Amino acid sequence: MERPFVEISGVAMRYGGVEGTLALQNATLSVGKGEFIAVVGPSGCGKSTLMKLVTGLWPATAGTLLVAGQEVDGPLSIAGMAFQNPTLLPWRNIIDNVMLPLEVVEPHRRQLRSQRAMYEARAQDLLKLVGLGGFDKKFPHELSGGMQQRASLCRALIHEPALLMLDEPFAALDIFTREDLWAVLQGVWMARKPTVILVTHDLREAAYLADRVLVMSSRPGRIIAERIVDLPRPRTLETTYKPEFVSLVHDLREHISAARKGEEVVHGQ
Amino acid sequence: MASDAALTATAPAPGTAAKAPADATMSPEALRRLQAMALAQRRRRRLQAWLPWLVIIGMFVIWEAGVRAFNVQQFVLPAPTAIAESMIKWWVPLLDNSWQTLMTTLIGFFLAVIFGLLLGVAIGSSSLLYHGLYPLLIGFNSVPKVAVVPILVIWFGIGTVPAVITAFMISFFPIVVNVATGIATVEPELRDVLRALGAKPSDIIRKVGLPRAMPYFFASLKIAITVAFVGSIIAETVAANKGIGHLMILASSRFDVPLVFAGLIVTAVMGVAMYVAAVAIENRTTGWAMRGQNDQQQVSVPGV
Repeated sequence: MERPFVEISGVAMRYGGVEGTLALQNATLSVGKGEFIAVVGPSGCGKSTLMKLVTGLWPATAGTLLVAGQEVDGPLSIAGMAFQNPTLLPWRNIIDNVMLPLEVVEPHRRQLRSQRAMYEARAQDLLKLVGLGGFDKKFPHELSGGMQQRASLCRALIHEPALLMLDEPFAALDIFTREDLWAVLQGVWMARKPTVILVTHDLREAAYLADRVLVMSSRPGRIIAERIVDLPRPRTLETTYKPEFVSLVHDLREHISAARKGEEVVHGQ
Repeated sequence: MASDAALTATAPAPGTAAKAPADATMSPEALRRLQAMALAQRRRRRLQAWLPWLVIIGMFVIWEAGVRAFNVQQFVLPAPTAIAESMIKWWVPLLDNSWQTLMTTLIGFFLAVIFGLLLGVAIGSSSLLYHGLYPLLIGFNSVPKVAVVPILVIWFGIGTVPAVITAFMISFFPIVVNVATGIATVEPELRDVLRALGAKPSDIIRKVGLPRAMPYFFASLKIAITVAFVGSIIAETVAANKGIGHLMILASSRFDVPLVFAGLIVTAVMGVAMYVAAVAIENRTTGWAMRGQNDQQQVSVPGV
């Protein structure tokens, strides 16, 4: 079997020194190349911490992290990220925002000036793919939250990252926009097959999008359950009403409830 | 299932509806109402444009009336007409000296802009530099500039140089503080977006820090240019042989109070003109930070 693309073993993270809060404990998981996994868990369980560790934004306090066979010891330029807020730069129009990673990541950085037309066409294609065709010259504040989030997704994809890290990217959106963007994200993933790690607290979102869902316990976060989502793609809104889908979400929900109860017991001591 | 997929694909993204032009089926009633709204808006804007002039003229009128009604002596408070008379009489020295003041102020101000930007970027992007230099900067800023002028005179002699340096010292601080604040308060997520791509610290400053600090920088220019006038005029009143401050000192020693007031008014006019220039530059370069207010005012009606 091929070696997993992301291998995390026994990773822990403690904030604020020796006496600090243990946010993540003995996290072990692996993600295959081109796989879409979702990590769900109660709030404050260290999901976002996991993201920051995998992308190398923070160093882990224990364990090993391997991405593409390499130890993570600093920010990874092969990763694209999208966060809960669109975090677009308000002084740049949409296409310049989308093209921001190209100004930073090699080898694009070197080639950007000479091959600007090619890169611009690539950005336009991406914008069309997420339904933002014709909005390239608008500024972020002229767009709705959902459209900004679409643009943020384009920015995460423009340098064709092998690893896409999504940290609750749709959490701030209303349910209808969110469901639209699930379809968009699924379309992008099916077209390009990047490895995706999606952190979310929306169980339907996890079940709709992922090949595999991991459930984390409350702080300190550990992975307590794993479910394979064996539903045909492309999944649609209709899929979410099927009995298999509903029972999967139900099952995940029970794990989350158990995890949260655990938290209450700890607090009661 | 298929129809559902089609629906999600073609559903218009939220926000597009508002941008669409008004459709042709608008009822006459609705059109009339929109036109009335646009008219009211235009009237309001015209009033807004004229209001400052009305207020200034009103102030002079009340001043004139008050001086005449209470028979105030000219060496206590001259009437605006007496000031205007003095301005006409002394227009050559007034122009000559205000030109001198304008030049010293602008040289000091531009030096403050250059060094303020450099130091602001440096202490905004490094917390070590920030903590190291900030107390010293506050100390410098707390020293009354009028107390420094005699020292400058000892070093550089009476003339233009002390005025330039005083204008520089007084306008330097607001620029540094604002630029540093703009860079230091970049949202961590924004920084993470770039850091996650492997951006160097210098990339982050260039792509996020500096553009982000620009509204702060231009806001500080408005303060800096007005206090720069304060600086140069302080220096001129203490030790100079030219400049509007020097002229006012000479005039007051001769009890020519209308000329003192004429000097004050010329200074105010120069200050306002520089302020307006700073605002114009600000609006041009950092319009993105001023959204909202502009959006609301742009109610346009088709066919009007």
